[in-house]
Amino acid sequence: MPAKKIPPPKPLSPRDGDLLVLVGTMKGLFLLRSDRGRRKFQLSGPYFPGSSVYAAAFDSRAGRRRIWAAPSSMHWGAELCWSDDFGKTWSQPETPRVRFPESSGATLKNIWQISPGRADDADTIFCGVEPSALFESGDAGESWSLNDGLWNHPHRAKWMPGGGGLCLHTVLVDPKRPGRMVVATSTGGAYRTDDGGRSWNVKNRGVRAEFLPDPHPEFGQCVHKIAQNATNPDRLFLQNHWGLYRSDDGGDSWNDVANGVPSDFGFCVGIHPRDPDTAFVLPLHSDGFRCTPDGKLRVYRTKNGGKSWQAMTRGLPQKGALETVVRDAMSVDSLDPAGVYFGTRSGRVYASRDEGRSWKLAAEGLPPIVCVKAAVVANARSKARRAKAARSRRKAA
Amino acid sequence: MAVRFLIPGPLQPFSGGLRSVAVDGSPATVREALDALGARHPGVRDRVITEVGEIRPHVNLFVGEENVRDARGLDTAVPADGEIAILPAVSGG
Repeated sequence: MPAKKIPPPKPLSPRDGDLLVLVGTMKGLFLLRSDRGRRKFQLSGPYFPGSSVYAAAFDSRAGRRRIWAAPSSMHWGAELCWSDDFGKTWSQPETPRVRFPESSGATLKNIWQISPGRADDADTIFCGVEPSALFESGDAGESWSLNDGLWNHPHRAKWMPGGGGLCLHTVLVDPKRPGRMVVATSTGGAYRTDDGGRSWNVKNRGVRAEFLPDPHPEFGQCVHKIAQNATNPDRLFLQNHWGLYRSDDGGDSWNDVANGVPSDFGFCVGIHPRDPDTAFVLPLHSDGFRCTPDGKLRVYRTKNGGKSWQAMTRGLPQKGALETVVRDAMSVDSLDPAGVYFGTRSGRVYASRDEGRSWKLAAEGLPPIVCVKAAVVANARSKARRAKAARSRRKAA
Repeated sequence: MAVRFLIPGPLQPFSGGLRSVAVDGSPATVREALDALGARHPGVRDRVITEVGEIRPHVNLFVGEENVRDARGLDTAVPADGEIAILPAVSGG
C-alpha cells in the first residue's frame, strides 16, 4: 500500500516580539509560536518529515527573518536549508553547500550546530558538524568553507567519538571580542580561537575525563554542552560527561560547581541572557542510565554562579518521569523575565515564562526531541509588506 | 540506446521532476553513468554519493536486478541500454 502523502503543515504567522521555539526532532522540525506572555503555544510541523533535525537557528540580523535548519536523511545525507517566511516555503540548494573538500577524505555525517555570527557581522554564520569540524560562511550561507585551523589541529586525530558520534556540537561566537570563539567537541573538549579561527587553543583545564586513565588530560574530555552569557561572555557554564563547571575567564580555567545537584551527569545547560550568575541544568542519573533521577523531572537553577542549585519542579512531573534531555534540547530566551524551554526524548516540550519558577507543557506527542532553540521574532513582516505599511503610514499622515 | 537512471520520489525535485533520466554518452560503468547524471542533475548525484565518491551507506544502486555492492561497486559494468535504479535501503528507525 503506498504511503499517504504527509500534508504540508499549516504555517505560523508570528508578529514582531512574538516568541518562536524551533524544535528539532528525530523525524522533522516543528515550530512553536507564542506572544510575549508565553502562556499558550501554537504548533506547526513537521517540516522535513522523516529527517532528523539536530540543528536549527533563527537569524534576525540585517533585517532577516530566516529560520535555518539542518535536516539529515539517513539515505540522502545532511544539508542546510532555510525559510524566510516562517516555514511556509523552504530553500534547499540543488547541491548541499556544507561539504567536506574531497582532499579532506571526510564525509559529512550530520550538522549539529548552526550559529549565526556577531550582530555587527551579519553575513557570517558557522556550522558545527560530524565528524568534528567547523564550517564558516561569510556570505550569509551562499558558500561555505572548512575551518582549516581546527581541522588541522594536531589533537584532532586523537579525538574519539562518543555515543552521539564525533561531533562538534557547540559554537559560541563572542559578542564583544571579534575573532574569539569557543567550540566544543565530544570527545576532545573545549577549544578557543582568539584570531578568527586561524589557531585554536585547548581549554579543558579543570574538566574531568573519568573514562580515561588520566582523569585530567589536556584534551579528550567529553564536554556535552557549554553556555555563554551574552553580557559577560567570559562567563561560561559547562555540562560535562560527569562534571558541572563554571568559567570566569572565557574557558582558560574551569571550576567545579556541582553544589547540590542530584547528579553532575547531564547533557544540556542554559544561561540567563543578562544575569551571568543564573544558569539552568537538567541532571540525569548517570552515563549508564541517562534518565532523570528518581523519576522526577527537575530543572536545577543557580542564581549565584553555581555556589548552590535549587530544584525547579512546579508544573513538572515528579513521579514516573524517567526522561532524557539531550545536549541541545534546552534554550533560554532573551525576554524579561527570561523564558526557559526544553524538549525530551519522549517528545514533550516544557516552557517556563518565569525563569524556571513554574513550567507548562507547551507541546507533546512529538518524535524524540534533539534540539530546542528559542528566539524573539523580529522583522516578522516581509520587506515588501514593511514598505507597503510605511507608504500607508505616510499617506495617512 | 542509452543508459537510464530510475529516480526515486525523494530525489525527483532534483531531477526536474523526472522519474527516469537518460544520460549522455556511452558510460561503461556505474561511475561514468553517475558522472554523466551529475552533469545534468548534480543534486541527484550528490545525494547518492558522498564527497569522497562513495555510495551513501543507506542507498542501493541496481544495474538490472544486481545490487552493485554485490558486484564491482561503482566500477560495475553497465550495458549500453542498461537501467540503473537508485533505491533507498531498508533503514530508518
